[in-house]
Amino acid sequence: MTASVFFGCTFIAFGPAISLFLFTIAREPLRVIFLIAGAFFWLVSLLLASLVWFISVRISNMDNEAQQKGLLIFGVVLSVLLQEVFRFAYYKLLKKANEGLLALSQEETMPISIRQLAYVSGLGFGFMSGAFSVVNILADSVGPGTVGIHGDSQHYFLSSAFMTMAIILLHMFWGVVFFDACEKQCWWAVAAVVISHLTVSCLTFQNPEYVASLVPTYVILFLMGIWAFYSAGGSLRTLKLCLTCKDKDFLLANHRPR
Amino acid sequence: MLAAVGFNPRCCFFLFLFFKFKLFTMDFGLVTICPNVKPFFLCRSFSAFLLFILAGVSCNSVGKKIYVDLNNTVPCVRLLNATHQIGCQSSLSGNVGVLHVLESEENLDWVLDSGPNPPYMVILETPLFTRSIMMKLKNGSSRVAGVAFVVPNSNPAGGFSPHTSCPNENSGVYTEGYDPTLANCKNTVWNPLGSGLSYEDFDFPIFSLKDDNDTEVIRQCYIVHNRPVNGSTPRYPLCAMQLFSHMSAVTNTPTCMRRNDINFSISPEYVCDPLGDSNVWGSSRPLNNTAKGHKMWESVVIAAARLDSRSFFSNVAPGTESAVSGFVTLLAAAHALRNATQEAQPNRTILYAFFQGEAFDYIGSSRMVYDMEKNQFPLDMDNIHSVLEIGQVGLRSDSKLWLHTDPVSRRNATVNKELIENLQLVARELNISGEEPNLSQPLPPSSFQRFLLNRPIPGVVLEDHRSEFYESMFDNREYLNITYPPELTPEEQLEYVTDTAKALTEVATMVGRALYKQAGGEDSQLKNINADSQIVTQMLYSFLVQSNNSWLQQIISPDSIGHLNDRPLNLYVGVYQQASEPTALVHHLLANLTGSVLNITQENCNNQREDEEDKESKHMYYYIWSQGAAPPNSTERRGFCVRSTSRVFRALSPAFEEHNYTNKAYSTWTESRWKSIRGRIFLVASHELEMLTLGVGIGVLLTSLLLTYFISSKADILFSSAREPTNATY
Repeated sequence: MTASVFFGCTFIAFGPAISLFLFTIAREPLRVIFLIAGAFFWLVSLLLASLVWFISVRISNMDNEAQQKGLLIFGVVLSVLLQEVFRFAYYKLLKKANEGLLALSQEETMPISIRQLAYVSGLGFGFMSGAFSVVNILADSVGPGTVGIHGDSQHYFLSSAFMTMAIILLHMFWGVVFFDACEKQCWWAVAAVVISHLTVSCLTFQNPEYVASLVPTYVILFLMGIWAFYSAGGSLRTLKLCLTCKDKDFLLANHRPR
Repeated sequence: MLAAVGFNPRCCFFLFLFFKFKLFTMDFGLVTICPNVKPFFLCRSFSAFLLFILAGVSCNSVGKKIYVDLNNTVPCVRLLNATHQIGCQSSLSGNVGVLHVLESEENLDWVLDSGPNPPYMVILETPLFTRSIMMKLKNGSSRVAGVAFVVPNSNPAGGFSPHTSCPNENSGVYTEGYDPTLANCKNTVWNPLGSGLSYEDFDFPIFSLKDDNDTEVIRQCYIVHNRPVNGSTPRYPLCAMQLFSHMSAVTNTPTCMRRNDINFSISPEYVCDPLGDSNVWGSSRPLNNTAKGHKMWESVVIAAARLDSRSFFSNVAPGTESAVSGFVTLLAAAHALRNATQEAQPNRTILYAFFQGEAFDYIGSSRMVYDMEKNQFPLDMDNIHSVLEIGQVGLRSDSKLWLHTDPVSRRNATVNKELIENLQLVARELNISGEEPNLSQPLPPSSFQRFLLNRPIPGVVLEDHRSEFYESMFDNREYLNITYPPELTPEEQLEYVTDTAKALTEVATMVGRALYKQAGGEDSQLKNINADSQIVTQMLYSFLVQSNNSWLQQIISPDSIGHLNDRPLNLYVGVYQQASEPTALVHHLLANLTGSVLNITQENCNNQREDEEDKESKHMYYYIWSQGAAPPNSTERRGFCVRSTSRVFRALSPAFEEHNYTNKAYSTWTESRWKSIRGRIFLVASHELEMLTLGVGIGVLLTSLLLTYFISSKADILFSSAREPTNATY
């Protein structure tokens, strides 16, 4: 299609992520560093996954379609597991780093809480995985054509963009829930994160039935969002307080020293 | 012809990204959303990904789902001369237009006026590729993105010639100064069907497509998406085509040659190249090639033919009747004369000359005359006794062949008498009627005109007066009635003597005998001069069906093997820097048909000597190492050395030698350079959908900006219940 589609899809896919970055992360250098580090950890997990994939495709039979399909599912599962392993590794690293930071810090408290770290690293994971799932599609969206000459749906770009947005937000929520669960040593929640990640990834096998993959993904996104909200310390009471603007601090919120 | 590798600057950023993360361009967490549910596609998509990783190029499955690249496309390219540019071009990023298959001339209204989705890419079939339609498209070019012409599998009835009706009218001998009554084809229009399309300048690309799977895909795409049903306007998505043929050169040759000389960067960027190649010549008696200029006591009869042709589209110039029939006849005649000239040497030397680039204002012949004048050729104009040119001779009706002479030099009656008499004498013996046209008729377009421009030389041009497909892509073997029984294998076809081959053999015999007699040979030898129909049919097969056959493989030298192809020969002269196919083949053929095999080593042969001490032979002869045939029980070819007088010399217009590009005396044709020539079809989405996508995108962005601002400003309240305990942990 054209540049308008390119920008439209970019805004859809990365709009929430960019605004989150602008308002919550960009102002604090420490958060930016942790975001980049999170993105790097995701990249390393992808590197490992692609190495395994590369080798397994080489030794597999290229003409056997059933085998290739099986290999694809194996690749997806392996990659998801690797991503979660690296999320855990990153959590462990942050814990260590936090202790170090505390030792260096002149104040009594941490400059950044583990909850904020969870959010920042989740967003870092999301940024990178979003970029990798949509950049090649965006590159093709600049051209004059749209998908469909072989009879495919022409909403391909739009649904890819929405899928990417969901993936980015999900990574953020997964990060929050995962770190919180690790913190509380509540392993079933960790398992729930891994399983929902697997579910979302496998839902994309439904494509090109975009409705069949997008709707469940957004349902999971919504549920994960609520869970993350609660594990980040939110509750119905605070939400109500917030929405009704009863809080007297509201006007001062921005001026309050952090 | 010279085309650099395609480069799209827009992709650069993404390519950079891709190169940077070459190894990681796969996301397993999110399977790339494949717009096709079939499992095989998933595999294909992933193998494409694999390729992607290996090659690091931007070829991926998404692109494949959007675009269908067209194979077998042939563009019309831009050529320039001293004053004009002709041909076609697209914009730098390719012209995009909605497909419209033109069904009739009335249908043009949809393209030019009523259609709701301009610009259109017009798909044309043969009967509609006419001057009137093309000129209407040219004038309505704001609504025309380009034209794709579907080449039919059989020639159109009634003829088709995109050339001008008076070919090479400004570079021949018939100018106002020579004879006002004969100038500009006033007397005889040589190519009455000529529409002049090849000499128009179109500002949109025109491609030709072979009628095969691609065109079927295009038609299907048109029928499914674009065809208006019952007058209703077609709905999006519409099928569209993009054609890339951006040309670097503009305006004319002086401009582009000047720009060639401007070098801002370290690697010079050229915009155009002169047309040209090499002429081939040989002689019945060896001439010292090192001593240029006038040869005392030497008198030569030049037997000439042209080597090139052209058509509207670049690189599809079969030129069967206009060139191949002539030079095959001359080659066969040269072969027939080999023994006679060796046994009973006539007084005069016969010089066989094959001129390149004649379609573009006589590049080859004007160069030969120029070289003779400047003493850069082993002979000069004074050495020429007479000229016999073999034009198109493949389609004689009633065995009639026209013997054209120049009416101006004929006023001095004796000039051509000898040659005409000789020709008619031998023609009568062979039952060919060699007729003279009426006395006021000028010469047809021929290389001989360039000799006449210099001085009045006796000369005859043999022609058959046929021009249905003159300088068009349909001037093919079907036009010359060369068909083979379908059950024959390629090897058998090579040997199968067609009727056309027999007819050309007769002409070749006649030409051979006439040349021998003209050279002063004895009449008793005439009976021994007979062209070989086997050789003629093999040559026709090689030039018109495929040059990559067992016969030419034996004749060609190992380093010219790349000139052999599995398709009909392309006779477009091309740019000077690139050797064109027919030159090398004719050079080798002339050597083998007129030369003699020597028993010397390959090293000596390649060094142009007969033994280690030999330093003289190279002045007189040219040695070619031929691959030869493999013995029956071996796969290794046994080569041999051929000694002949067959040589090549430059066929570059003197205008480029003198750097005078505004001089009307010489050909100034150049070909523009280009970066990429390709075409692809795809669907385009409606403007509404594009705007909707953009709108949704902006909406999502603004909403998330607002929401995030709101949440982040209230984060303390929203997540307050957790704040204290969290801090308390540390």
